[in-house]
Amino acid sequence: MKTFKGGVHPPDSKELSKSEQITLVKAPEVVSIPVAQHIGAPSKPCVEKGDRVRMGQVIAEAAGFVSVPQHSSVSGTVKGIEPRPHIFGNKVPHIIIENDGSDEKTDEWGAEMELSTLDGDAIKNKIHSAGIVGMGGATFPTHVKLSPPPEFPIDSFILNGAECEPYLTCDYRLMLEKAEGILRGCEALMKGVSCSRGYIAVESNKPDCAAHFQELNTNENISIETLEVKYPQGAEKQLIYAILGRKVPAGGLPMQVHALVNNVGTAYAVYNAVYRSIPLIQRVVSVTGQGIVNPGNFLVRIGTSIDDILKRCGVTENANKLILGGPMMGLAQKTRELSVIKGTSGILVLEDAEPFESGPCIHCGRCVEACPMNLIPSDISLAVEAGREELYESVYALDCIECGCCAYTCPSKRPIVHQAKLAKSVIMKKRAEEKAKQEQKKGEEEEKKEEEGDKHPDSVDQEKE
Amino acid sequence: MDIAIAALIILGALGLVFGVVLAVSSRIFRVEVDERVEKVYEALPGANCGGCGYPGCFAYAEALVEGSVKPDLCAPGGGDVARKIGEILGLDVGDTVTKYPIVRCQGSQARLSFEYDGIETCEAASILQGGFKECTTGCLGLGDCMRVCPAGAITMRIGIPEIDEGICISCGQCAQICPRNIIEMRPADQYVHVLCLNRDKGKAAKSACPSSCIACKKCEKECPFDAIHVIDNCAVIDYEKCKNCGKCVEACPMNVIINLRKERKSREKKKNEPEEVKEHENI
Repeated sequence: MKTFKGGVHPPDSKELSKSEQITLVKAPEVVSIPVAQHIGAPSKPCVEKGDRVRMGQVIAEAAGFVSVPQHSSVSGTVKGIEPRPHIFGNKVPHIIIENDGSDEKTDEWGAEMELSTLDGDAIKNKIHSAGIVGMGGATFPTHVKLSPPPEFPIDSFILNGAECEPYLTCDYRLMLEKAEGILRGCEALMKGVSCSRGYIAVESNKPDCAAHFQELNTNENISIETLEVKYPQGAEKQLIYAILGRKVPAGGLPMQVHALVNNVGTAYAVYNAVYRSIPLIQRVVSVTGQGIVNPGNFLVRIGTSIDDILKRCGVTENANKLILGGPMMGLAQKTRELSVIKGTSGILVLEDAEPFESGPCIHCGRCVEACPMNLIPSDISLAVEAGREELYESVYALDCIECGCCAYTCPSKRPIVHQAKLAKSVIMKKRAEEKAKQEQKKGEEEEKKEEEGDKHPDSVDQEKE
Repeated sequence: MDIAIAALIILGALGLVFGVVLAVSSRIFRVEVDERVEKVYEALPGANCGGCGYPGCFAYAEALVEGSVKPDLCAPGGGDVARKIGEILGLDVGDTVTKYPIVRCQGSQARLSFEYDGIETCEAASILQGGFKECTTGCLGLGDCMRVCPAGAITMRIGIPEIDEGICISCGQCAQICPRNIIEMRPADQYVHVLCLNRDKGKAAKSACPSSCIACKKCEKECPFDAIHVIDNCAVIDYEKCKNCGKCVEACPMNVIINLRKERKSREKKKNEPEEVKEHENI
């Protein structure tokens, strides 16, 4: 079976919410929608306190190319724009909208379109104006992914349905219940980058999904691939290697090997945006973990309070850890006062999570075996521990995808991912400083030149006098 | 006996030959050194702290003679050294004042937002959820500044750095390394400082930390020179207007404004008459 080198096999714990159908959650009375839900420049709010908005109306505009607009997920009145806690721990402006319960939609909402009437640019425009970002959790704006430079034409498009993160079942349910939409979304995405070959990748522990796709698929250019069950099978570079056998160069992007990867959730959002003109205002979220009384998969409006969802599902007494996303790559949170955003694939609550003490590296090499990027995580870890900043680049810390296989397999329980993150941030900071220095130098030189230019006519004047 | 004489002659001859070779080669292969580099190097304090951004005092001296940097970068040397360098190189230095680091946080009692058990450095802590303190502008107290200080002037007894200005060489490395930019280099003649950077509203700030600026504006009302203002929920001093009178210090109900005048004056006094005191202590 197709796969990549390395990886780990954590217990998948998907049985908690696997059999729960996607349930539609009633829209909350108040939604708070952050302006930063994606990688790139935060959107600029374009509504004010007291404004009436309709469902699907743009409430914040894209700020630049690598940015997307945000849409109101309910109809009602804007109560204000205030800073509230965000998943990265900082405070970000949230647009707060009181729901009037009528779900009055915009005029454009639901206009049916045929794919054959749209060309690539029109598809990209529709995807951009629907505010679609990578829904697997990385939240990279999809229209940017679909616009590679002309020297890198895309010949293979991969739809990622591996869902290798333990616990999460939102993609699994989506593939079972909305397979038709995903297939059509995949066609739209392929047309958007004018790519003829499509793959839908599913791990072998979801044979029902693969069979369902096989049954529905009428497009002979799209094939269904079954992959070995292994974490991180759904990581972009690992997926490309498993299916196409191409290696993305270090520091490079998938487009350099003429491939593109998107999540099945993104494809479904694209289906809604392109065929039905519905912007991204809701998503499927898995609420799961031992700390949840009634786990399940829910279709939730963007901006719904996570606290509300947890109250609805019930949290056990011993629950003490909240993670947004999966347990391997998700972010542990310090507060429940957060909103569901476009990248929230799961709300995971764990019981009796304990801090662990890390020990010294015993050079056992398990992390080296597990690393799907073929790095030597122990080297990164040791370099950071010793504070040897000059080594960070030579141990390829920047190529780390932070999947957590190394830390998972480490018998000394070393915080290797944290160390790699630190190394990355140090490298990026240094690069930014160097760039600033160079620009300053350039500016100074230009000033000097200008000064010299100014001096010259002066001296001529003096001579005349 | 003969052997001894022979040995002496041979060794002597060898010594003579090598001496001549060395003398000649030192002439031929002589490296031209700008005399000024040596002079500037002597004028520098020789702490090799790196505060100027060069790997040591000699590298800074070379850069100075090359003319690519300003002469006032040496923080330990302060104004005196800058002026000396200016004389050697024929540059106009102007007035320079010694600067001291001011830690703009007193939040040793600040509330934690989660239990942190990661890498024990401030930089590592600040990349996870923006730090483990509820206040996002508060000191994390893991001692990056203490470790970087070449003079050992920083201690972390109460969870935030305390700087001994008597030992501090004013290199400014602590201010550079602080991931939250809480440490600022301030001229020695500024005595009054606001030790909080929290920009949350009063109630939120107070619940996050018992020693935070709550934006009550009492300092603003007391100030006779219109030098202190609450901007973005935090008191900010305009040092062009501030006369270091200390009225705001008395007015502040949260004790976040301090006046260093007494401390610094008494230290200066001690500095001026150190010999007698020391002798007395020795006895």
